[in-house]
Amino acid sequence: MSETGTGIGARVKRKEDQRFITGKGNYTDDINLPKQTYAYFVRSPHAHATIKSINTAKAKKMPGVVGVFTGEDVANDKLGGLICGWMIHSKDGSPMKAGPHPVLAQGKVRYVGDHVALVVAETKELAKAAAAAVSVTYAVLPHVVDVADAMKAKAPVHDVAPDNRVFNWSIGDEAATDAAFKNAAHVTKIDLVNNRLIPNAMEPRAAIGSYDTGTESYTLYTTSQNPHVARLVISAFHGLAPEHKLRVIAPDVGGGFGSKIFIYAEEVACVWASKHIGGRPIKWTAERSESFLADAHGRDHVTHAELATDANGIITGFKVHTKAAMGAYLSTFASCVPTYLYATLLSGQYAIPNIYAEVDAIYTNTAPVDAYRGAGRPEATYVVERIVETAARELKIDPAEFRRKNFVTAFPHQTPVIMCYDAGDYAAALDKALEMSEYSSFGERKSAAAKKGKLRGIGLSAYIEACGIAPSAAIGSLGAGVGLWESAEVRVNPVGTVEILTGSHSHGQGHETTFAQLVSDRLGVDINNVSIVHGDTDKVQFGMGTYGSRSGAVGMTAISKALDKIEAKAKKVAAAVMEASADDVEFKNGTFTVKGTDKKMAFGEVALSAYVAHKFNSAEIEPGLKEGAFHDPSNFVFPAGVHICEVEIDADTGVTEVVSYTAVDDFGNIINPMIVEGQVHGGIVQGIGQALAEGCVYDKDSGQLLTGSYMDYQMPRAADVPNFKLAFTCTPCPSNPLGMKGCGEAGAIASPAAVMNAVTDALGLRDVAMPATPQTVWKAMQPMKKAAE
Amino acid sequence: MENFNYIRPAKVADAAKAMKKAKDGKFMSGGMTLLPTMKQGLASPSDIIDLSGLKNSGVKVGSKSVTIQAGTIHADVAGSKDLKKAIPGLAKLAGGIGDPHVRHKGTIGGSVANNDPAADYPSACLALGATIHTSDRKLAADKFFTGMFSTALKDTEIVTAVEFPIPKKCGYAKFPNPASLYAMVGVFVAQLADGSVRVAVTGAGAGVFRVPEMEAALSKKFAASSLDGIAVKSKNLNSDMHASAEYRAHLITVMAKRAVDAAK
Repeated sequence: MSETGTGIGARVKRKEDQRFITGKGNYTDDINLPKQTYAYFVRSPHAHATIKSINTAKAKKMPGVVGVFTGEDVANDKLGGLICGWMIHSKDGSPMKAGPHPVLAQGKVRYVGDHVALVVAETKELAKAAAAAVSVTYAVLPHVVDVADAMKAKAPVHDVAPDNRVFNWSIGDEAATDAAFKNAAHVTKIDLVNNRLIPNAMEPRAAIGSYDTGTESYTLYTTSQNPHVARLVISAFHGLAPEHKLRVIAPDVGGGFGSKIFIYAEEVACVWASKHIGGRPIKWTAERSESFLADAHGRDHVTHAELATDANGIITGFKVHTKAAMGAYLSTFASCVPTYLYATLLSGQYAIPNIYAEVDAIYTNTAPVDAYRGAGRPEATYVVERIVETAARELKIDPAEFRRKNFVTAFPHQTPVIMCYDAGDYAAALDKALEMSEYSSFGERKSAAAKKGKLRGIGLSAYIEACGIAPSAAIGSLGAGVGLWESAEVRVNPVGTVEILTGSHSHGQGHETTFAQLVSDRLGVDINNVSIVHGDTDKVQFGMGTYGSRSGAVGMTAISKALDKIEAKAKKVAAAVMEASADDVEFKNGTFTVKGTDKKMAFGEVALSAYVAHKFNSAEIEPGLKEGAFHDPSNFVFPAGVHICEVEIDADTGVTEVVSYTAVDDFGNIINPMIVEGQVHGGIVQGIGQALAEGCVYDKDSGQLLTGSYMDYQMPRAADVPNFKLAFTCTPCPSNPLGMKGCGEAGAIASPAAVMNAVTDALGLRDVAMPATPQTVWKAMQPMKKAAE
Repeated sequence: MENFNYIRPAKVADAAKAMKKAKDGKFMSGGMTLLPTMKQGLASPSDIIDLSGLKNSGVKVGSKSVTIQAGTIHADVAGSKDLKKAIPGLAKLAGGIGDPHVRHKGTIGGSVANNDPAADYPSACLALGATIHTSDRKLAADKFFTGMFSTALKDTEIVTAVEFPIPKKCGYAKFPNPASLYAMVGVFVAQLADGSVRVAVTGAGAGVFRVPEMEAALSKKFAASSLDGIAVKSKNLNSDMHASAEYRAHLITVMAKRAVDAAK
């Protein structure tokens, strides 16, 4: 591995950035099809209401209007509703209570922004004007927006769940955990809220749906992280068309963070409605305010946790009860986020013998909640790392040492909550982070800060996460509706250039660069002679897409397996051409040689030979050089690390400044350190955003989204964060040949706990709610100030 | 956004005439408030009378006062070398308005005429005892700002310049709304040429207002410590999810002290 060159481990500049930063990307909204029309959605102004009537007559007569569609049209056409693809059973064995989620509302609306009608017109402006003329009569129902109150709501969001509870799920051994608490020397208790976040990808969601009346087939261009899954769901569950009559294309996509995994109503409505307007394409691009209202939100947990320790400060038991908001409908993967992606990580980096967790998933009259960068793992890390820090403080043990004495040190390690950690060296990351953050001299910095009226605090977060959800058979047994393998096809062209067709999807991750690096490394081909094809169901074989930091560990492993086959086939061809035994052919740095001779062939020559097929018997060797592979991992991968944050709080105003941030991560082997550092930077900033800035607020009384624009929803800005100190440790992952783990979410998983541990340390408080905005911190300081007076 | 007539007169008199003729006209200077409002459908004027055609831009520093033409963009106010010497606090305020885009489009005349309760300029006008020059007359800042988004301007009257007396020293301290970066509390403190002190607060109330108790204390001794124990009552202050009235009241004192410390 070398940081120079273009192979694995090299800091190669991103190939795709030239076109992105010069405005030559090709995003869904950049695409315009002949005879295209424009969509605008009529949305619910109420958090919860019965639809008494919808009058579209006036809108239909408005200038330029091509069609107006409502839930009735959807029902008449028997278009299936939106689904949740992961079945969760309650601890009493009953299946989760999934309420209906029609593509356009039928009978009821359940959150502000719920999709009621689709207006299609010659221009977006005309569609918007006509949407204002659609008259909907509502009978308003009582609503509930806070997950903590929702089980006592007056009117359930769905009749199927009278107490708004979707499921009551548990994991771990309750009796054993209770016993551990009975014998505990000390119990630490904490109540935490994991604040609801709005994703805010730079590119809003968009779609162009069209129907070809000649071939009777549909095409959907859409902002998707996983176009094949979208096609599968729209075909199999919405019943729009069989898969071979539906093409889904996700071109350049400008950020997802999870929010573009899901199959949403708007995209389905556009492709469905195209057939009803004679096949004219329908384009919809979300306005930013629609993104706020109707993209799936993230987090929104209320948790009570208790940690038992023995007289030596060793953790003996952990109990967690979480209420997780689902919003008004179960989004595509909503149910697995607060269960198998959350509670399975509650052991953190620690050898905890007994864990029991219970999760109530709860409907509220809000936008649906689903996976958002980290998806369950940030919530788990927040609970674990906040309570571990709190326990250390209560026990008067240095928080770093408390962690160290409870670390898992032998691998593989089976936790009480399904996961089997395969490899890691948690102490190595801790040592490195303590050194880089100058942990031992923190006291001096605290004193210096106090002299200028600043309260300085330090906080650690020793996180673990699980990426590359697998193996498919195991997750199937836990309720998943899909398999989570990945596919790849390697097409070597006759001149030796290479096309990689991958089921992974890049929406900012830099696959065009990193995947090409793998090929360059393996085949000795210049990375500029490698192209990556993704995001089109007509071009690429079935694949599972990109989320959960899976594209490296799963997607690249599939490519690697296909490259193995390419190499084997090419050796056969080379052997035939050089009149040698295939066993004697060696391949290194793009050249095939015959052992013990000076015979050699360049990779490109072998590729040409494979296609002209002049020098071998086609009955023994098939012409061509193209191979495919599917990779289903044998285990999750487990990135882990230690982040240390220092903050200074202005005692006069409550403003919190992150003044130092150290991140030491173990991602196994790294393909491109520059890109990985970028992922870590972005993740940390998102986590700092959650901790200090971002908080989605629905008004309790009206159910309206109060943080519906950037005037009220604070995104983190470059000026809000310091330069980060990063380092990597490496324990290669044993479950894939590249030894890779995942890096896309780690920053967002680790950082909220690190920041909030620093904030609470600075203030000397057990808890401060996220986001710790200036007002929140100022209010938290008031009792302290009064006590001091 | 609804359709509208667009007029870009070259003379003040023509602008006033156009307004008179319009059914529901709006003057637009930089458009930094009006355009977003129209995009959101919260305003749909019949006529936009774009004042950028008047080309009245420039900062002129005299011996006793500074006159800034209404069409001067914030970036030019912030960057004026002469102003930085004469009234550094005002230049600093202009350099902290919005973001670079806003500072290169938004104008002092637009800001003053719009009188957004969270705008920065009104606090400087009020604290420095500025005179607002309009197409029809000259108005003292004390008379000009009349409440939330309201001023003494008549329908066809146009702000043409703002004249600021040069103080002994002045300073501005802003606590931005963490999301929008508008002033959640902004305090402009000025010690005028005659030694009197004026303190004006923006962002915290329905409109910009002065704080007599602080002015009195600072007139005795122009030092941050003079403000110890002096707080504005929270009763009539704004309250929203970002800052309660109590928090705003607290911040007014903190920002007033910082403005005094920053005064040059």
